[in-house]
Amino acid sequence: MTIELALFYLLSAVTVGCAVMVIASRNPVHSVLFLILAFFNSAGLFLLLGAEFLAMILVVVYVGAVAVLFLFVVMMLDVNFRRLREGARLYWPIGALVGVILLAELILVTGGWAFAGGFQTAAPIPSDPSVTNTEALGRVLYTDYVYLFQIAGVILLVAIIGAIMLTLRPRGALRRQDIAQQVHRRPQDTVELRKVDTGAGV
Amino acid sequence: MGEPLLDAVLRILIIVGQILLVVVPLLLAVAYLTYAERKVIGAMQLRQGPMTVGPFGLLQPLADGAKLFLKETVIPATSNKVVFILAPMITFTLAMIGWAVIPMGAGLVISDINVGVLYLLAVSSLGVYGIIMAGWASNSRYAFLGALRSSAQMISYEISIGLIIVTVLLCAGSLNLSTIVEAQRGLWYFIPHFPMFMLFLASILAETNRHPFDLPEDEATLVTGYNVEYSSMAFALFFLGEYANMILMSAIASILFLGGWLPPFDIAPLNWVPGPIWFILKICLVLFVFIWARATLPRYRYDQLMRLGWKVFLPLSLLWVVLTSGFLVAFDLLPN
Repeated sequence: MTIELALFYLLSAVTVGCAVMVIASRNPVHSVLFLILAFFNSAGLFLLLGAEFLAMILVVVYVGAVAVLFLFVVMMLDVNFRRLREGARLYWPIGALVGVILLAELILVTGGWAFAGGFQTAAPIPSDPSVTNTEALGRVLYTDYVYLFQIAGVILLVAIIGAIMLTLRPRGALRRQDIAQQVHRRPQDTVELRKVDTGAGV
Repeated sequence: MGEPLLDAVLRILIIVGQILLVVVPLLLAVAYLTYAERKVIGAMQLRQGPMTVGPFGLLQPLADGAKLFLKETVIPATSNKVVFILAPMITFTLAMIGWAVIPMGAGLVISDINVGVLYLLAVSSLGVYGIIMAGWASNSRYAFLGALRSSAQMISYEISIGLIIVTVLLCAGSLNLSTIVEAQRGLWYFIPHFPMFMLFLASILAETNRHPFDLPEDEATLVTGYNVEYSSMAFALFFLGEYANMILMSAIASILFLGGWLPPFDIAPLNWVPGPIWFILKICLVLFVFIWARATLPRYRYDQLMRLGWKVFLPLSLLWVVLTSGFLVAFDLLPN
């Protein structure tokens, strides 16, 4: 129990520290690397909660795919971050105000909120030791919420098509490669042997 | 208070012991895999391979290791030093931690977790970071181009690997690696899923950046790609990581398709051999394919590689997922 508690504090401290470093570090690539570390520690927190499937999916999807794309973009784009930061001193009161409002709202919600009588809050489903995490999620997702799941899939499909449409632009003379045509090429179609007289040319 | 603390310390010591029992033979295996590679390629090209250091050149890996260890570590002045040093460490560590969930025999595993397959996918999808960090931190064009190639390649082939694994999971009905092996008692999955086994072998070649898909270290166009600025032990860590990854991927292939630690037939002389021996033999078989491919096949062109991944492997593996699940549902063979 004490080890778990120590791990929890360690992971959450590192997560918060990394989150701060994401916005504080000067080099954008370092920011992304700290973001990845933050994802990792959140996965560790999921593991402590017993949500092993979610932890692994977090690492596979966010760290393995999304963050790689972030890193790509940040490395490839030549953004002048010093110029981006120039306005920071001007705008920090607004940022601080937003932060304070969010903090106040959070305190209001967690502290002074009382539900009216008879209101059912979402209770956590009691964990069933005979069913693994993955199975339990699958049962809920594919039986109770199958339509929502399908809709989510369709939305993702629309997003894919949208992204492709946005980046697709007609290009001029593009010389495409046709593998089948290349494979079926015979020497006699392309190569011709000729007897050339010396000094006469073709 | 004293009792639980002592208990916890004892448990941690046992785990450390188990880790050493896996990692030390693994590092030896990595060293001798380089030797085996040179010997096998030598035999395929009618040469002898290393013969000078020790009998039959058996001490060659140790000599290579000592050489790398004694070289000077050069850190480029314009590099991003922290990331530069971190990158080989990440590559090497990731190649090691995958072994935590690999079952060597019935019950012979450090951590028998329920989501073992996902853990392995997560670890292999992280492998790209070591390379991309190395390429970026080196502050060199060749290294950066190699890193970009490598990350695009690894991400592309991970998708088809994921779908191939899904077909196996459909038949086994579990994400636990030991359960997957036990489900193959009687029929190894490479027989019904033979096309997927072939795709998996090709995909792990691409995933580990090995020939004929070793474009990240294409010496003809990129000098040597992402590790061009590295020397001494930092280079050795990349090298060890690559070979350890090869062994890890071979282990995954033998667990998913070749029945892990199970003997080929459950009959008298074959099932006397202990499970780990069978497992090691299967790993060696897949590793031989790795080396064989290197000695035989010319390197792919980069656009052909991407075309193969996205336009051939991905649709084929997706089709096979649909076919497998349809077959299992139609004949009521789904594992409960």
